[in-house]
Amino acid sequence: MPTTAADGRTFFDEVIAATPGDPHLDRCLQCGTCGGSCPSGPDMDHTPRALIGMIRAGMRDQALRSNTPWFCVSCYYCMVRCPQDIHVTDIMYTLKRMSVKSKLYDDSTAPDFSKTFINWVENYGRAFELGLMSQHLLRHNPFGVFKIANMGVGMVTKGRISFTPKRIKGIDGLQAILAKAKELEAQYEV
Amino acid sequence: MKYSYFPGCSLERGAAAYPYHQSAHVIAQKLDLEFVEVEDWNCCGATEYIALNRMAAYALIARNLAQATKNDGLKEMVAPCSACYLNLSKADKYLAEDAALAANVNTALAEGGLSYKPGSIKVRHLLDVIVNDVGYDRVTFHVTKPLKGLRVAPYYGCLVGRPAFYGQVDDPEYPVTLDKLLKTLGAEVVDYPMKAHCCGGHMTQISEGVAFELIRRLVKGAADYQADLIVTVCPMCQLNLDAFQGGMNRYFKTNYRVPVLYFTQMMGLAFGYDAVDLGIGAELVDARAALARIGVEVPQVEPPAPPRQTRRSKEALPMPAMPHEVSK
Repeated sequence: MPTTAADGRTFFDEVIAATPGDPHLDRCLQCGTCGGSCPSGPDMDHTPRALIGMIRAGMRDQALRSNTPWFCVSCYYCMVRCPQDIHVTDIMYTLKRMSVKSKLYDDSTAPDFSKTFINWVENYGRAFELGLMSQHLLRHNPFGVFKIANMGVGMVTKGRISFTPKRIKGIDGLQAILAKAKELEAQYEV
Repeated sequence: MKYSYFPGCSLERGAAAYPYHQSAHVIAQKLDLEFVEVEDWNCCGATEYIALNRMAAYALIARNLAQATKNDGLKEMVAPCSACYLNLSKADKYLAEDAALAANVNTALAEGGLSYKPGSIKVRHLLDVIVNDVGYDRVTFHVTKPLKGLRVAPYYGCLVGRPAFYGQVDDPEYPVTLDKLLKTLGAEVVDYPMKAHCCGGHMTQISEGVAFELIRRLVKGAADYQADLIVTVCPMCQLNLDAFQGGMNRYFKTNYRVPVLYFTQMMGLAFGYDAVDLGIGAELVDARAALARIGVEVPQVEPPAPPRQTRRSKEALPMPAMPHEVSK
């Protein structure tokens, strides 16, 4: 296996170290049940099966440039159907994190959505639908505002959109927790 | 029966799924379920935090589990939102399995004066609590207005049945608990083939084509089976199928109109509560025609006030007028 990481670890080792629990990645039979079960398979650069093969072959750059993890909808069909109990969905999240850090994935829409979302959470402790959707649309699809105008008016009329974000009482504690957690995560990064 | 309660951001007052919260509380009272809200809970991170930072994502979720242990004597926590249920149960499971993860998360929690021992809290989905703790018999006992003549498509979505971090509460491929529950309420339940398929989650914000295709399959599936409405157990599913149904129709040039309600709202109706008390009427795809079939009236939400007429002198020059001005 080619060693691709700076510290001599293989890409496979890197993925395992960055995934919670044991994802059983070494057990893959390349049967393709995951890809066959995937609702967004047709839109993906690589099926999950191919991507797992690429991880094992040490194809770091190609795997982290793939749009596959970003089109994962977290439906967990692959995970419950895998005959080898591979945690495919967890692997997708690991690849998302690694591709953001390595700056290899070139479409920023999905990563930015995640960043905008957690920005509200880190500052208020809770998600804020209106702020999230409007910020994200303005950055990535300004004309989309007109397309969803009908829906927006409907949601406002029905009282299903809040105009002010709520901040939790323990926001200082939460921010301290998250800062420490990020510091601890850094020790696993290459 | 008493539980800790984790509403999640979308069930807050003024948020998209507040009707779910309202109706859940109405039926809980009827069924003698006491819900004690977790003090100063925070967002579970949905599918977003975990895409950016593993340790921070798990610490964010674990803070909620730690807060829940402050509800003395309550070991079980109910989450009505399937995504919150998934995240909270997943974190608890992986913290128990992965000692390094648990140690790191607890080091982080200590910065906020908290700690969490994996396994201290058991997370349950609201549907699981209703069908397994309350049970179909006790639900039947409270049905005063059976939903006779209403054809419903039971929609579970992904996360109630998959991947079942705490062991199976329903089948991951062909779940049946909601089917049975709705039959108990007197509804005619269609054998909905899409019942465990995905609504697309956050994809409406990332790739319209992907999201609308998933929404189309689900709505078409229900329409093909002549369901009057889709019944859901998750705020994300409700939002995607209801609020984005119009956008999906425009995208595919179709004209589906299948209303989407929460299972707690259907329970409330069968228990004899008024539609307004259950938050019915807040859906974007109008449910009134469907509910009229079982004699339920939903008061119409006030339409926006018409523009104020400007007073104009009779001697003024003729000006183009809006239709409602001409008729006067």
